[in-house]
Formats: sequence, structure tokens, C-alpha cells
Amino acid sequence: MTVDHAKPAAVGADRPAVKRTPAPKVRRRSDRDGKWWTPWLFLAPALILFVYFKFIPMITAVTMSFQDVQPYLGNQWVGGENYSTVLGDEAFHSAIWHTVVIAVGQTVGSMVIGLALALLMEGQSKRLKFLRSAAFLPVVVPIAVVAELWRIMYHPTEDGMLNSILGMVGLGPSGFINDPDTSMISVIITGIWRGAPYDMMIFLAGLAGIDRGLYEAATVDGASRWRKILHVTLPGLRSVFSILFVLAAIRGLRVFTEVFLLTNGGPNGSTEVAMTLIYKLGLEQNRLGVGAAGAVLLFLATLVLTLFVQVLRRRRDA
Amino acid sequence: MTAANDSALGLDAVKSPGGRILKYAVYALLLVVFAGPLLALLVSAFSDVSDPTALSVIPSSPTLDNFGIAFDHGVGMYLLNSFLVVGFGLLLQVVISVLAGYALARKKFRFMTFVLVAILATLMLPEEILAIPLSLILSDLPVVHINLIGSLAGMIVPLGAWAFSILVMTEFMKDVPRELEEAARIDGAGDLRIFAQIILPMCKPALGVIGVFGFTMIWDQYLLPMLVSSDASTYTLPLALRTLRIDADVTPGVIMAASLLALLPSVAAFLFFQRSFVRGLASGALKG
Repeated sequence: MTVDHAKPAAVGADRPAVKRTPAPKVRRRSDRDGKWWTPWLFLAPALILFVYFKFIPMITAVTMSFQDVQPYLGNQWVGGENYSTVLGDEAFHSAIWHTVVIAVGQTVGSMVIGLALALLMEGQSKRLKFLRSAAFLPVVVPIAVVAELWRIMYHPTEDGMLNSILGMVGLGPSGFINDPDTSMISVIITGIWRGAPYDMMIFLAGLAGIDRGLYEAATVDGASRWRKILHVTLPGLRSVFSILFVLAAIRGLRVFTEVFLLTNGGPNGSTEVAMTLIYKLGLEQNRLGVGAAGAVLLFLATLVLTLFVQVLRRRRDA
Repeated sequence: MTAANDSALGLDAVKSPGGRILKYAVYALLLVVFAGPLLALLVSAFSDVSDPTALSVIPSSPTLDNFGIAFDHGVGMYLLNSFLVVGFGLLLQVVISVLAGYALARKKFRFMTFVLVAILATLMLPEEILAIPLSLILSDLPVVHINLIGSLAGMIVPLGAWAFSILVMTEFMKDVPRELEEAARIDGAGDLRIFAQIILPMCKPALGVIGVFGFTMIWDQYLLPMLVSSDASTYTLPLALRTLRIDADVTPGVIMAASLLALLPSVAAFLFFQRSFVRGLASGALKG
């Protein structure tokens, strides 16, 4: 699983400062103990790798996006041309549309099903613990395995695994990922299968933080199950919703591996997303500058989304 | 009060026979939906499945042949590559994270906030978006001019830079009481000694978290190995699954056998270290 979606943004921001014991006198002493360069020595390996594999690629991406990149011939500065190519390109428009559809479909689907799973599986019994672990397994299965497994399950003939299940209830057969009409929903379903259990775990952690007394009070007041969920549970999960929303939306915008392996953008470009298109432009057609411009735009979109939700949360908390 | 108040739905308290049947039916359905496909994978890996539609949860003609054929197609080498990448990659990542965490949590120095923010910012930088420039840089590392394309080292070294691990370590190390460190300093211990004998042993739970998270993350890597590999000799197992599929004489049973080998390590890591895993999820997502 791409674990980096578990973003520990400002992990310590809300930690009470009381925990540390910053008696000023003591701190000054401990600072004097080491040489000024001691911390830098400890940080050096991390900094070198971050510079090489995060910061330089970032700067390269931005410069490349303004250039006509020609290996061996030297790069030519072309200003905003790559960007206007990207923004004016039909293929890019539909790729962005597909990316948004997948991002929204997977985000909403995973959150709704994840919340339902969490509500159903909240509890202390051993049986529920086992169920939770079983339901969580899709998250830790490598994405490449998920894709191969679902490719076989989506086999388009009548006796394919999912088609024979559809046949039992009198539906199908469906072409799934082989049919331009159903390819998109098939990719989304696979994404939800892997995303919902992740959301379930986060919701469960959120549910654990809800004051039990509120449920008791609601019961005493004669509230039904439905009203308890509406008036106690959902408000209690508000911060979980917003963090999951950002994580899932970012995950959706950068979707690559599952689409690459399930459909590679096909059939007929019906599932081409931003990242598969950028990959094709950059590494298959060698139009590195245009690919980089697309990547920078995608990065800006994720950044705006993140900041937007952060601002919303700040305002509400204040 | 009763258990009914313990959860939103109060399902623990459902006692009527009809309610119980409904409850267990729902659980069974969930189990089928989320674990069923993996059960089909498991069964097919051990079954004589030759046509692509026969994937099934009902065992038929059990066999180990699929694994034999998979190994004939080089799965042993791919598995070894995967283990080398995850072993050295995780080692590198953990060493770098504890060292950086120590500096960021226990020291005060100029530009510290700047460094911390820069590292934090990379969490918002999806690796997919950096793929193309990263592949260019790997083919000719600036300043040192080394080409890492086509080598396992090219997949391993970039794994060291993972902000999640550094932040988890930093947060844990901040909570180690100052008094312990002061006492050691008065006794004449240097930075390295304090780091190795006081701070690090106190951070075992954090090591568990970054260990299991790093392991599953690295095992799941797809894009980076794909960018770095120039031929099949450096493929990791997840990467090799696609090549296997394209091979005409490979049956779905063989692909499922190779898939089983590809998913076992991370599933095992999750099952053994569930506590650390869930703790990491919670600290990662909820405190944001």
C-alpha cells in the first residue's frame, strides 16, 4: 500500500507544551554541550537524500515544464508553451475529467462504505476483531497484486468469476474493464475495495474518541439508533471526515498504478487519467517538457485542495 | 448501563433471533466481499487452473505445480530482488529517520524550523508527479555523476527519504524526559552515547511503527522499480507480475501463485504487528 497517504501533517501541533520541561537554564546548558554542528551531522544523511530525491526532482520538474527538453541537443526555453499545449489538448481535457471522476468516485465510495463498515464493526468482541482484520487485508495487499487479481475476476466472458456471480442474479455478462462503458466504474470499484477498509480503520479510531456519555444521554432521551448516528456520531467524526477527504482526494488525483495495470488507459482511452497520460508523454513519446507541465499542474491541484481544506478547518476551529 | 450505549449502532446488544440472523448475514456478506477475492487468489494458486475464467473459491485438483512453473519463470530471482530492496531500503530509512529525528527533537539550532517544514512539505509531494524528473536524476546523479538506472541501488537509495518516518521518530523522541538526558550528560556521556543508549531504547514503539509501515510501503513500490529497471534482471516481484501475465504459457493459476508470494510478506507483517500498524494509522491521520 502506498502508506504515505497516512500524512502526519503537523503531528505535534496539538500536543500540550506542558509535557516538555523547558526550564530555560537547563536548555541553555544542554545547548552549550554539543558543538553547533552536531545536529547537522545527525541530519546530514537525511538532508542529502531529500535534496537528491525530492527537492532536485521538484526543481527539475518546474524548469522542465518551461523548456523544450531535447536530450543531447540542449534544452530550449519556451516559456508557457508547454502549459498552453497541455491546457489546449483534447486528450488532456478528457484525462483530467477521468481523473476527477475516479477521484470523486473512489473518495465518496470509500468514505461511505468505510463509515458503514466502521459502524457495523465497532465493538470489543474477539469476533469483531477478527472481522476487522479480515476486512482490512485489501489495504496491505500490494497494488500490483490487486490489479492482477481483479483483472482475472473481471474476465469479460460469461464464465468469468464476477460474471458468473452476476449470472446467478440474472444480470450480465458485463465486459467490465474491456468495455468503454463499464471500464471506469470497474476501476472505481477496485479502488473502493482497497480504499474502504483503510477509511474504516480511521473511522474506527475516530469513533473511539467519541464520548460514551453522549450515547447514554441520547438513550435516556429516547433517541433512536438513526438519531444517535445523526446527532452524536457524525458531528463527533467531523475532523476525521475532513482529513480522510484530503487524503483520499489526493490519492485519487495521483492515481496511476491500478489504472496502468488494469486498463493502461483503455479501452479507447476511456480510463486515461492524468498520470497515465503524463507517463506516456514523458517516457514513451519523450515529450518531457509537456509531461512536466502536466505534472506541475497536477501538483498545484493537490496543493490547492490541501490548503483549501486546511483553511476550512482553521476557520471552523476558531 | 448496558452495552447498547457503547457504540453508535449498539449491535453488541442485538439479542432478538431475527436481529441476530440479520447481523450475522451482514457480517458474512462483508467477509465475502472483502476477503473473498483473496480467498479465490489463495485457492487458485494451489489449483490446476488453466483457463482464465476458472478462478474459483472452490478447490479443484489441488497441486503445487503453479509454484514450480512460476519459479521456472524467474520468480525466485524477482523474490530475491524484492527482499534485497525491502531489506536495505528499510534499514536505510530507519537509520536516517532516527538520526534526523534525534536532531529535530532534542536539539535547538538555527534554521531548524526551515528544515522541519521542508521535510514536512515533501509529504504533499506525490512521488508519481516526480516520476519523470526522478528518472532523469537517477540516470545521472548531480555532482557525483553516478548512473543508478538498471541497478537495485537505484530503487533502494531514494527510499531513505521518507518524511513520515522522520516525523514519527521526532514526535516520539520529543517525549523522552529531559531529566534522563541531563543526568547522562552530567555523567559525561556524549551525544552519540545519549542517542544510542537513552533516546533510542525509549523509542521502541516508534521503531515498530516506522518498521511495519516502511516495510509495507516499500514492498508495495511499483513506480520507482519500474523507472529504475532496464531489464528483467532487476525486476521486483510486483513488477514481474505484469510480465508473467503477458507470457502466453502462463496460466492464471501461475499468476495467482506468484501473487500469493508477492502479498504474503506484507500481509504477514500487518498481522504480526497490527498494534503498531493501527497506532501508525491513527497518529498519521487523526492528529493532522
